[in-house]
Amino acid sequence: MTDLVTCVIDGQSVAVPVGTTILEAARQLGRDIPTLCHHEALTASGQCRICSVEVEGARTLLPACAAEVRTGMVIHTRSERVDRSRKVILEMLASAADVSEAPDILAYAEEYGADFSRFADGERLTYPILDDNPFYIRDYNKCILCGRCVQACGSDMQFAFALTIAGRGFHSHIATFFEKPLPETSCVFCGNCVGVCPTNALQPKLSWLLAQGTDWNEVREQTKKSHPAKNMRKRR
Amino acid sequence: MAAQTQILTERIGKIDPSSLEEYVGSGGFEALRRALTLSPVDIIYEVETSHLIGRGGAAFPTAFKWRAVAREEARPKYVVCNADESEPGTFKDRYLMEGDPFRIIEALAIAAYAVGANKGYIYIRGEYPLAYQRLAHAVEESRRAAYLGFNVGGSDFCFDIELYRGAGAYVCGEETALFESIEGKRGQPRLKPPYPVTHGLFNKPTVINNVETLANIPPIILNGGFWYRSLGVHLNPGPKLYAVSGHVRRPGVYEATMDLTLRDLIYELAGGIPGGRKLQAVLVGGAAGAFLGPEQLDVALGFDSLHHIGATLGSGAVMVMDETVDLWQVLRRVTRFFQHESCGKCFPCQLGTQRQAEIVARLAEGEIRPGDKALLIDIGLTMKDASLCGLGQTASNALLSACDRFSLLGEGGGQ
Ligand SMILES: Cc1cc2nc3c(=O)[nH]c(=O)nc-3n(C[C@H](O)[C@H](O)[C@H](O)COP(=O)(O)O)c2cc1C
Ligand code: SF4
Ligand code: SF4
Ligand code: FES
Repeated sequence: MTDLVTCVIDGQSVAVPVGTTILEAARQLGRDIPTLCHHEALTASGQCRICSVEVEGARTLLPACAAEVRTGMVIHTRSERVDRSRKVILEMLASAADVSEAPDILAYAEEYGADFSRFADGERLTYPILDDNPFYIRDYNKCILCGRCVQACGSDMQFAFALTIAGRGFHSHIATFFEKPLPETSCVFCGNCVGVCPTNALQPKLSWLLAQGTDWNEVREQTKKSHPAKNMRKRR
Repeated sequence: MAAQTQILTERIGKIDPSSLEEYVGSGGFEALRRALTLSPVDIIYEVETSHLIGRGGAAFPTAFKWRAVAREEARPKYVVCNADESEPGTFKDRYLMEGDPFRIIEALAIAAYAVGANKGYIYIRGEYPLAYQRLAHAVEESRRAAYLGFNVGGSDFCFDIELYRGAGAYVCGEETALFESIEGKRGQPRLKPPYPVTHGLFNKPTVINNVETLANIPPIILNGGFWYRSLGVHLNPGPKLYAVSGHVRRPGVYEATMDLTLRDLIYELAGGIPGGRKLQAVLVGGAAGAFLGPEQLDVALGFDSLHHIGATLGSGAVMVMDETVDLWQVLRRVTRFFQHESCGKCFPCQLGTQRQAEIVARLAEGEIRPGDKALLIDIGLTMKDASLCGLGQTASNALLSACDRFSLLGEGGGQ
């Protein structure tokens, strides 16, 4: 039998096995907590902080996706501090990235009353769309730096380590080594990064081309197996 | 000045910092010799009795960490000296490393013996070339004289130290980012828990202590924990180094017990403000600290006393600003610092330090818009509440405290 820990979430008491996160415990009670960087298949990185909850006695808010329940915790999934943090994070996110194709962010913004115009005059970094292989495109204007693609490419899934983070602070961004085109990196085009990207910053090339109304023959041409990018890999 | 002491700085300026002979001649390595005759449990007991509190900024009781690591079964264990000293206005660790480098080595060896580690690291700020040279020389000399290496001082204890130089990132002073950096990874903080005492450097049990914290160890071993505890303030005992800069006649490092008041530090020890000008503001604790005003001069510079008035001692940096200073320009520099130093890992700080700096830069140019105060408070509290590490959690302290104390954006500024 596993050991149980008991906590109180929004006034309801719940017993869960040791090692259960606050997020999992809350979901057991049917209460949902918003998440952005969290993904079932990836190690919790606690980066986006949208899942922050208030635990009585704790100095700061805790990330529900990563923090484990301890006995006696009194947890509030909504509070003034929690709601402010979520709202402000969403507002700042929308001022830095194009979140128009990130349905979760749009839904949370609605729920928390985020006003996307508040930081609209802040600096916004722009990137050229990277179309360097037949499988997927990278549009980092949409990237929120959740880090999922790096995890999926690295030790959480593929062990290819083609993607990493370069720069720091506001200027950090997802990069390949020396910003090389993907075919010249250790990328194996498994598509795991595309699968976990929550914002459409990474998109299958096929659907990206079709969405632009590209002629089907042209789409076939650009995504076919004999594309120069693939040959380049073979040559190496 | 009743509070002034010469314990941590006892040798500085009096011996040649490159001479092992002079160090030993002035009582150096006696504490290590004595420690090696005690059991690790007894050493930790002395440190616990002393009530030594970490001087790196987080104010954590040192004995807690030591005991936790001593109890871990995983091997190997590590001891790390945090000499990254990057907090603006802080230069006390540099003073210790340049003036009495052997002391750090001795203290780290005692820590290692107490917790069962055989390997230590000193992570030195990259911009401290002299401190690095002096420590590198001191490590070599200590090895030669068998204070480091196999069978330290003829005992069974083996211990060696590796020096590691930082590459210019403030965040690498945060303990887990520092570990990542030594491991050769991108210097960004880890999610805690797990804490360093169980999963530290190379995921092994690790004690990490600040340079000044370690400098307290030899006198505690030699004179006992009770002696140490009797110095200065109840629960905040022992000597503390204050790095004073800005508009004072004698900027520098001062050592005193923590009943020293801000007034005595500025007007007695540091000689007061030159040119007959008036004091405007004091930033205590560095960029991550808070502003105090002239009406708060009588506060004692201790962990608890400052905490009571909503400030923090932090690293012990005291930056004095007279009436000629434009506070908005200072705040512009401070917020620009955090914008530049944020690692970018978590959203509140990555985005918040940027937006905060942009708004403050605009305000410093005199362009004020309605709603600015609400924006700054929203960003500031979000960073404080939701950031992953101490950098983001403190990145709005100076700004919000200045708005609050000096009503910079109207009454009832920050929170
Ligand atoms: C952004 C940031 C920077 C830090 N920089 C330093 C530093 O330069 N030196 C230091 O000793 N501690 C620094 N710390 C505190 C360390 O994380 C850690 O608490 C300290 O090294 C523990 O030592 P102590 O217990 O002896 O104080 C920093 C913390 C943060 C969040
Ligand atoms: S590209 Fe997508 S998965 Fe990768 S960090 Fe950006 S938003 Fe996250
Ligand atoms: S608070 Fe800032 S420095 Fe710390 S992890 Fe987050 S982004 Fe990095
Ligand atoms: S979902 Fe928890 S930090 Fe991102």
